[in-house]
Amino acid sequence: MAKSMPEMEEYKYGFRDEHKAIFQSGKGLTPEIVRTISEMKNEPEWMLEFRLKSLEQFNKMPMPRWGGDLDDLDFDDIQYYVKPSEKQGKTWEEVPQEIKETFDKLGIPEAEQKFLAGVSAQYESEVVYHSMQEDLAKQGVIFTDTDTALREYPELMKEYFGTIIPPNDNKFAALNSAVWSGGSFIYVPKGVQCEIPLQAYFRINSENMGQFERTLIIADEGSSVHYVEGCTAPIYSTNSLHSAVVEILCKKDSRVRYTTIQNWAPNIYNLVTKRAVADENATMEWIDGNIGSKLTMKYPAVVLRGRGAKGMVLSIAVAGKGQHQDAGAKMTHLAPDTSSTIVSKSISKHGGKVTYRGLASFGRNSDGAKANIKCDTLILDNESTSDTIPYNEILNDNITLEHEATVSKVSEDQLFYLMSRGLTEDEATQMIVMGFIEPFTKELPMEYAVEMNRLIKFEMEGSIG
Amino acid sequence: MATHFVIDGLKAEIEGKEILKGINLEIKGGEIHAIMGPNGTGKSTLASALMGHPKYEVTGGSATLDGEDLLEMETDERARAGLFLAMQYPSEIPGVTNSDFLRSAINARREEGNEISLIKFIRQMEGKMKELEMNPEFAHRYLNEGFSGGEKKRNEILQMMLLDPKIVVLDEIDSGLDIDALRIVANGVNAMRSEERGFLIITHYQRLLNYITPDFVHVMMQGRIVKSGGPELAQRLENEGYDWVKEELGIVDETVGQA
Repeated sequence: MAKSMPEMEEYKYGFRDEHKAIFQSGKGLTPEIVRTISEMKNEPEWMLEFRLKSLEQFNKMPMPRWGGDLDDLDFDDIQYYVKPSEKQGKTWEEVPQEIKETFDKLGIPEAEQKFLAGVSAQYESEVVYHSMQEDLAKQGVIFTDTDTALREYPELMKEYFGTIIPPNDNKFAALNSAVWSGGSFIYVPKGVQCEIPLQAYFRINSENMGQFERTLIIADEGSSVHYVEGCTAPIYSTNSLHSAVVEILCKKDSRVRYTTIQNWAPNIYNLVTKRAVADENATMEWIDGNIGSKLTMKYPAVVLRGRGAKGMVLSIAVAGKGQHQDAGAKMTHLAPDTSSTIVSKSISKHGGKVTYRGLASFGRNSDGAKANIKCDTLILDNESTSDTIPYNEILNDNITLEHEATVSKVSEDQLFYLMSRGLTEDEATQMIVMGFIEPFTKELPMEYAVEMNRLIKFEMEGSIG
Repeated sequence: MATHFVIDGLKAEIEGKEILKGINLEIKGGEIHAIMGPNGTGKSTLASALMGHPKYEVTGGSATLDGEDLLEMETDERARAGLFLAMQYPSEIPGVTNSDFLRSAINARREEGNEISLIKFIRQMEGKMKELEMNPEFAHRYLNEGFSGGEKKRNEILQMMLLDPKIVVLDEIDSGLDIDALRIVANGVNAMRSEERGFLIITHYQRLLNYITPDFVHVMMQGRIVKSGGPELAQRLENEGYDWVKEELGIVDETVGQA
């Protein structure tokens, strides 16, 4: 009854279409390539300077020696910019057929018909399709790709871009700052509540192409928005790099939720910097799902700098054969009565490795701050491993920090119980795993929960037995 | 074909220790058999071994349901063949709602493309829950998580009712039940009595048998069935305990496989 594990050739989204890019930068990274990217995008001078300085930073900074193994990552073997087509599609009809077919395979159009407020689908480095419901636009909500934002909203971009995650934050943030392309820009004006999630779909198509999207979200005072991003990538035999930067500013009394489900092919390095700053009584929630990739290093962060600000990270990580998920969260409490919650759920199987790496930091002014951290790991076989590495920095005596960690295996008795009701071993295992990640799935918009369950089901087929 | 369940010379061991030393039992559709006996005589091992718990290794004998060899099957195949075990200690599965689980279990018995419709399922589930006087909220609770002992047992009976098995093994379904719960569980079992279905009730105590009248009563000691009779045997055990059986058979220690 044991089915074989879906290996690379079965990777579900491992199709690849024949769409021809109109510009490819070629491999390697030089100031000339950075200039070319900036020039092709008709960027203002300050952005070119920002990019070139970032490139200098990138070259100066050493590779991180902690976390995952980056030895096989060769920066000279990556293509930094690919422009797929001349112009951006405004309606679905204008989108090139091959790209449409790709999205069809991913189920995007149906999704939109149902309840999407706006779809911004990134195909390679440019956003080729973008739409948004009119009522949101009327309320002054801006939802566009970051390149367009640079042209149309230069003041906002200049004011906020790179302020939450400066290029020298880490080597990969510097790299992204030098060669970024695409990503989403969202501005929600004061007091505006976006009732329906805003969504973007990202996809890497060209071999060895890095994807360096840059997302910036600004929620003005008293506003709220839920941004949803899902990622799938086709499979290639050589390494690909995905290194995004996501910056979010939650002003006073605002509320932002950022939901990601990433399902990368097993050869992708996924090295992402995500950080939000939360002002007084603002709430920032990261819902972060990581499936696949060769190595993921990702620690969504919230800097709680206003009194009463709240931060949450709810994440799952699934690591299979040859995969390492080094993921976690960072909460920095800088103001009184701030509170944070981290719930991390990890699953390792077939020799996969999951590491929870988290930081809870309390500054001198964090009187009455609270942090609650819960890490649960489910290990499906004896070859797989998990690690929990919590860091705490506490500079104030009047805080509360709770940390709870569990590691469990799928128990023989649970499997027996479910199988005694007629479920096969695979179905029983899937059911236990789905139950394990239920605290995560229940936070997803319905169609993403469905996709999540499908992905997990696919991942779990033949996992045991 | 009428249900016909035959256990012939069944032997099983756990971690190298033989617990079942040759069990013989035949159950036909419409019959209720009770296995009684003190603790540690192998009763629950029999239930687990029949269902195929991986801790128990069957070392001899056979068990067939309508001529099909159950012991050759995986646990899930035995279930789909019509065997049901109401467990003494049902597992808790966090994050999986009772109703999702029940629907999956029903659909596991149906062909792909012929799954039970959601409406029909909900009607069936709610109807049976009402019979068992279960709070409707239990449909949305996580499977057995935080259920009291009695709630777990009722949930086992609910599964039995929805899965419509041919042979039902009830492993100490009466343990931990107060008198009301006992009555409800017994009513559930009685409602399921039919010519197509056989029951094997494993219990310490006669009191369950006040509500469910067995056709045959067997006493288990030292990993074997040592005495069989009708309902009057259960009555005598209730009144006089097990010592007379031990005396009659010359048994000093009735337990099996104890250290």
